[in-house]
Amino acid sequence: MVPGEVHALLGENGAGKSTLIKIISGVYKPDGGEMRLDGKLVAFSNPREAQAGGIATIYQELSLYPELTVAENIFMGHAPRRQVGPVKVVNWSEMTVRAKEILASLNIHDLDVRRKVGSLSVGNRQRVEIAKALSINARILIMDEPTAALTEADVIRLFEIVRLLRQRGVAIIYISHRLGEVFELADRVTVLRDGQYVGTNEVKDVTPDHLISMMVGRTIDNLFPKLDTTVGAPVLEVRNLWNKPLCRDVSFQVRAGEIVGLAGLVGSGRSELAQTIFGFTPAQSGEIILNGQTIRVRNPGDAMKHGIAYVPEDRGTQGLIREMRIRENVSLAVLKTLTRTGFINSPAERDLAAHAIEQLGIRAYSPEQLVSKLSGGNQQKVVVSKWLASKPKVLIMDEPTRGVDVGAKAEIHRLISELASQGLAILMISSELPEVLGMSDRVLVMREGRIVAEFARKDATQENVVSAMMREASEPNGVPTPQGVLQ
Amino acid sequence: MTATASPVTRPPVQARSGGFLSRALSFLFTQEVILFLVLVVLIVLVGSANPRYVAERNFINILNGNAYIAVAAIGMSMVIISRNIDISIGSLIGVLGTLSGTIAINGYPIWASWLVPIVAGALVGAVIGFLVAYLRIPAIVVTLGLLSILKGGLITITGGAWITDLPSDYFLAQMKSPAFSFLGLNVPEIPSPILLMIILTILAAIWMRYSTTGRAIYAVGGNAEAARLSGISEKRIIMTVFIINGITAGIAAVLWATQLSIIQSTVPAGLELQIITSAVVGGVSILGGIGTTVGAMLAAILLSAINSALVFINISPYWFRAVVGVLILVTVLADRLRRQRNRASERG
Repeated sequence: MVPGEVHALLGENGAGKSTLIKIISGVYKPDGGEMRLDGKLVAFSNPREAQAGGIATIYQELSLYPELTVAENIFMGHAPRRQVGPVKVVNWSEMTVRAKEILASLNIHDLDVRRKVGSLSVGNRQRVEIAKALSINARILIMDEPTAALTEADVIRLFEIVRLLRQRGVAIIYISHRLGEVFELADRVTVLRDGQYVGTNEVKDVTPDHLISMMVGRTIDNLFPKLDTTVGAPVLEVRNLWNKPLCRDVSFQVRAGEIVGLAGLVGSGRSELAQTIFGFTPAQSGEIILNGQTIRVRNPGDAMKHGIAYVPEDRGTQGLIREMRIRENVSLAVLKTLTRTGFINSPAERDLAAHAIEQLGIRAYSPEQLVSKLSGGNQQKVVVSKWLASKPKVLIMDEPTRGVDVGAKAEIHRLISELASQGLAILMISSELPEVLGMSDRVLVMREGRIVAEFARKDATQENVVSAMMREASEPNGVPTPQGVLQ
Repeated sequence: MTATASPVTRPPVQARSGGFLSRALSFLFTQEVILFLVLVVLIVLVGSANPRYVAERNFINILNGNAYIAVAAIGMSMVIISRNIDISIGSLIGVLGTLSGTIAINGYPIWASWLVPIVAGALVGAVIGFLVAYLRIPAIVVTLGLLSILKGGLITITGGAWITDLPSDYFLAQMKSPAFSFLGLNVPEIPSPILLMIILTILAAIWMRYSTTGRAIYAVGGNAEAARLSGISEKRIIMTVFIINGITAGIAAVLWATQLSIIQSTVPAGLELQIITSAVVGGVSILGGIGTTVGAMLAAILLSAINSALVFINISPYWFRAVVGVLILVTVLADRLRRQRNRASERG
């Protein structure tokens, strides 16, 4: 890094960008390697040391105190003080003056430093964060996806501020998923993949296609035994589904026996779409059609009644009840069908659990084992078996193999494939591109709450899909669309 | 459409397949068994120090006089298992008990004085449930407010006056089991509070363990989001537990009011704490999702046994609160350790 440089950091989901900046800013400790600041070897054991070294980080979730004023936030932890008798107290007038100065130096003149931060817009809060970084004389500013939540006008102002800082010799590490921004702002760009350094280039020497090809090509660590299936009639069809902010006018269909992969960056609205279809966050408008019939989905119960199952993204907080046994978790979604006059049919429940353990190869010594004592992969299988027990027509799987080991992953892939060959319609959300490409008959790409591209299996290459995931929505015809953008 | 798939590899049969010994051991270490053993040890120790403690009449009296706490602890257990709390329960019992006595001395039929408080309890429970489930106000805030309303309201209306001249057939808690002969039961002469306590606890235990709603209560308390995603209506479950809690509070109130020939129309001091403590010491996790009504009943008995034991071995009864406090901390600590161990083994 050189002073006055804007250095972009690029990579897919899980490529290691966030981990890298957390190491630089002292949140995590590196396992090895060294870091040099002004040629001197440094090692930060906590964020405070990094700040003292002149490194400030602005995370995606802003770390401001909403009940305090702009000035108080800017000087949090290092407020100017003055001596009153034996004690030092905060020098409020100096704080106000200096806060105004810092904001003025950023060409921000329309922000009252006495306002509470909670009442500010997202764009203004971000400016407060930047001012806060400058108040500690940061020489290196790290910005993690600063434009993700901003409006168009705020983005333009942010760019002006970034350019201003560059002129003043502040080095900026800029993480963004928007390629357009990289070309507009950055001097150099570094690409990461699977936690590894891929390469650094001068921005003027590269093209978007070049960068995309650097980002893709993640290692495929296992083979997907995708079975050929005969794709039948549409089972699930979604028309003009809206659920702001992350589900905008979505339309698609999934046919019997088909696996449709849903790709997109983190925050592109994939899980939100799934939860809208499942009724966890009911749709604001639009139609959900199952086997040709429009259905109303107001809550998960409605969706389940119609044969939709949803294996959620986070098994810890959404999938499992840790205090319960395998048997009790497996039967949870089908309790109603196991019930006779208000009581659970215990033999049927035990059979169901034993069958699930057998079918999915769950490694447990008994259906009575607490799920909290299982490994991640086996926990995931319990969640999947819970939803298979409901005998769904449509299975929506959100990150079905996140956090499971390679062996369990292959087993889950094989299971998905077999289920499809039996005629189940499957919508699979995954942040692992090889998984999406390996498993899907069709790939849909979401960006900013919309489905922006669709690829048949043969056309779905890593380059095509990543390119659709990352391009600016404003770029006309920037997306290679072999089949047309939408059905 | 049946979703079947061949197992990828046969799961290896694990060695720890729970032989008789290990199952017996894990049974021994359930909260219920531990409580029972502690109770037995306490009775033996105090009994050998002062034989009057274990005299039949004395012990039956202890149980009889405190059965209403165990009955209230049934509903409270369900509320806490669903990861809620009701701190207004002591005041509610005071109000419903006064209501019962007032009905009895005003010439209404005796059955009305027994039944109306239970129905009223259910209604109050429904209101709490509605505020918690639909208006999303935390249960502790709702019941804190209710506690003040009930307590203040009661003292304002009655001025703390005693209700006397109760009809002679009003005293349900003083009746022996023949009072139940109308049910066609041929049971030995057990005082009705003890009988009610045992029957209700067993019914509740079976219902919690084997009914669909009981399972859903555990699910909501264990992980509300996962329960909702599994199609369980969290709102309905919260309504249910608070209504049941209101009903058991109503029954407890009738048992409390019919114990003595007078009813002091105030709120029994510290009653809510003793009920909540019974549930917690009985193994109901304050974090929800874990616990049984049997444990809560045993803990309620243990607490009253400790309370009266102090008198028999010449220790100031003021120590009771300290003992209760220690018991709460020990059980909560044990719960925490258990959860930590589960979490640790999950990573391994």
